[in-house]
Amino acid sequence: MRRYFGRKLLVYGLTFFVAVTVNWMIPRFMPGDPVQSMLSRANVAQPAAVEAMRAHYTAMFGFDLPLWRQYLNFWGSLLRGDLGISIWLFPTPVTDVIVRAVPYTLGLLIPSILLSWVAGNRFGAFAARRKWLDNTVLPLGYVLTATPYMWLAILLAWAFGIIAGIFPVAGAYGYDLQPSWSGEFLGSLAQHWFLPFASLFLVAFGGWAIGMRNMIIYELEADYVNYLRALGAPMRLVRRYAFRNAILPQVTGLALQLGVLVAGALVTEIVFSYPGLGHLILQAIQNQDFFLLQGTFLFVVVGVLIANFVIDIAYVLVDPRTRTGMGGTA
Amino acid sequence: MALSVTDLRVYYQTLRGEVKALDGVTFSVADGEIMGLAGESGSGKSTLAKSLIRLDGRMRHAGGTVELDGRTLPIADDRAMDEFRFREVSLIPQYSMSALNPTRKIGKMVGELLAARGVPGGTAELERRLELVGLSKDVLGRYPIELSGGMKQRVVMVVSTLLNPSLLIADEVTSALDVSSQKAVATTLLGFRDHGLVTSMMVVTHDISLVYQIADTILVMYAGRLAEKAPAEVLVTAPRHPYTRQLVSALPEVGVRYEDRRLAGIPGNPPSLLNPPGGCRFRDRCPVAFEQCAEQPPFAEVAPGHLVACWKAE
Ligand SMILES: Nc1ncnc2c1ncn2[C@@H]1O[C@H](COP(=O)(O)OP(=O)(O)OP(=O)(O)O)[C@@H](O)[C@H]1O
Ligand code: SF4
Ligand SMILES: [Mg+2]
Repeated sequence: MRRYFGRKLLVYGLTFFVAVTVNWMIPRFMPGDPVQSMLSRANVAQPAAVEAMRAHYTAMFGFDLPLWRQYLNFWGSLLRGDLGISIWLFPTPVTDVIVRAVPYTLGLLIPSILLSWVAGNRFGAFAARRKWLDNTVLPLGYVLTATPYMWLAILLAWAFGIIAGIFPVAGAYGYDLQPSWSGEFLGSLAQHWFLPFASLFLVAFGGWAIGMRNMIIYELEADYVNYLRALGAPMRLVRRYAFRNAILPQVTGLALQLGVLVAGALVTEIVFSYPGLGHLILQAIQNQDFFLLQGTFLFVVVGVLIANFVIDIAYVLVDPRTRTGMGGTA
Repeated sequence: MALSVTDLRVYYQTLRGEVKALDGVTFSVADGEIMGLAGESGSGKSTLAKSLIRLDGRMRHAGGTVELDGRTLPIADDRAMDEFRFREVSLIPQYSMSALNPTRKIGKMVGELLAARGVPGGTAELERRLELVGLSKDVLGRYPIELSGGMKQRVVMVVSTLLNPSLLIADEVTSALDVSSQKAVATTLLGFRDHGLVTSMMVVTHDISLVYQIADTILVMYAGRLAEKAPAEVLVTAPRHPYTRQLVSALPEVGVRYEDRRLAGIPGNPPSLLNPPGGCRFRDRCPVAFEQCAEQPPFAEVAPGHLVACWKAE
C-alpha cells in the first residue's frame, strides 16, 4: 500500500515538474514580446520615456537575468504562490486574477462532472435492462458523446438564448447587477450558469451512460453471474453485484476523462463569455499576457493532477483487487 | 427415484434454425446414485446438465418432463425454477475459478446469497463444511483473488452443496486440473454423497476412466440422444452399443482423456444437429449398421439397469 502510493506520488511529482518547466518555457520561446506589448498599450510618444519604461518592466519581470536564474526564480516565486503580475489587468497579481475566476470554473465543473457521472451511470445501468430504452435513448447518447463541447454549447446558446430568449448567453450575472446575496443577484447567477452547465453535463452524461450500459451487459454475462443465477439468486442481488463491479472501470474512466472535461469547460466558458479560467486564457492570449497564461495553465494542470490523485485513492478504496494486488493483506 | 427425465427435448435457437442438442432423452437416476455422463464433444452433455438447472437465453424447452423427488421441475420457467435451485438441484460449474464475485469477500457473498434465498444463519455449518474439504474458516474473510485455484474450486464445491441438494450436477469440474487435483476433486464428490450432503449426482466428464472410479452408473450420449446406460463396471467391461465399444476400447490409463484418442478407428463425424437425419444417429459411422437402423432404435433395457439404444444390442 505504502509503496503503491509512493510510486504514485513520484509519478505525480514528475508530471508536475515537467508541467512547470514546459510552462516556464512556452512564453519565453514564443514569438511576441510582453514588454513591447505593455509599452504599446501605454501609448507613450517620447522615446526617452519609452526606454525608461522598458527598463522598468524588464527588470520587474526578470527578463534581464540569465535564463537559469529566471528558471530558479520562477520556481522560487511559484512556491511562494507568486505567479507574477498580469499585463492585461496591470498591476493586479496573476494569483488574484486567477482566484477571482476559479469559483466560476469550479462552479461549472464540479456539478457537471459529478452529476453527469452519477446520473449517467444510473441511467446506463437502467437502460441495460430495458430493451425499449436501450433502443431509443441510447443512440441519442452516442450522438451526445460524439458532439464536441463547443458545438453543443453554441447550439444551446443559439436555441435557448438567441431564438427562445429564455437564458442569457454571456457573463456570469446581469451587467446591471453588483455581486451580493440578494435574491435578484443569485437568480441572475443561476440563470447565467444554467446553459454552460447544461452543455457540459449533456456531453459527459451521454458518455457515462453508454459506458455503464456496456459494462453492465458485459458483467451480466460474467461467470459469477451465471453461478449466482444457477443457485437461484434473485436478480436484485445479481444486479447489485454487476453495478458495483461495473462502476469500477467508470471510476478509472473519470480519471482518464478529467482532462477532457476540464478542456471542455474552458471552451464552454469562452462560448458563453463565462468569467472563469477559460475566459482568462482567451483574454491572456488576446492581450499577450504571458504571466496570466502561464499562471492559468499551471493552475489547471495542478488542479487536474490533484483530482486525479484523489480518484486514484478512491479507486484503491473501492476495488479490493488493487488492494490485494499491492501485497497489502494477502 | 430421485431424478426421472422423460422424452426431454431442448433446442438452441440460432439464425440458421434450431439445433436439436437434446432430442428425446429418457432416463432416471436413483437415490444415492452417482451417474457419470460421457460422450464426445458436442453430444449434448452440457445441454442436458443445464436443462436440469437453468436454461440459457438461447435454449428452448421443446418438450418432455423432468421430475425430482416426485415433483415436476418447471425448467422452462426461469422464475419458478428459482425455488428448486440450490435447495433441490445444485451445480458445480466448469468455471469454478471465476464463479465467485471478485469484489466481495467470500463469507460476505455467501451470506448475501443465503439471505437472498431466505436461508437464515448458516455460518457454523459453512465453517464445518469448509473444514471437511480441508479449508480453514479464514477463507471467508478473503477475496477470491487471494485463493489458489484449488482453494477456489473447493470453496465452490462447499457453497454448491451447502443446502444439501437432492441432485448435484458437476459439469467438467476436473477438466482444467492436473491429475492429482482431479483425484482430490473426485474423492471430495464421493465424500459429499457418502456423508449424505447430496442425494444423487450427475458428473459430466470427458474422462470415462476417471469417472469410472466414483460413478455407480455411466450414461453415454451421442448426437443429442442417449446411447447406453449401465452400471459403471458393466459399461466399461461389457458395453453393448457399438459407439460405447469404440470409446471403451480406446480407453487409456486413468487421467489421459479419451477424447485425445477418441474414435481413432471410426471415420466420419457426428451428424449435424441442425437437421439431424432420422433413424439411428450413429448409422454413418457404425461398423455393424443394417437396414433396420434407418428406424430409430428405442432406449431399451437389455439387462437389469442396462439400457441400450441399438437394434443389435440383444
Ligand atoms: N448457444 C448455442 N447455440 C447453438 N448451438 C449450441 C449452443 N450451445 C451448444 N450448441 C450445440 O449443441 C450441441 C451440444 O452442445 P453441448 O455443449 O451440450 O455439448 P457437450 O457434450 O457438452 O460438449 P463438450 O464436451 O464440448 O462440452 C452441439 O452441437 C453444439 O454445437
Ligand atoms: S442401431 Fe444400427 S446403426 Fe445404430 S448403433 Fe446399433 S447397429 Fe449401429
Ligand atoms: Mg460441455
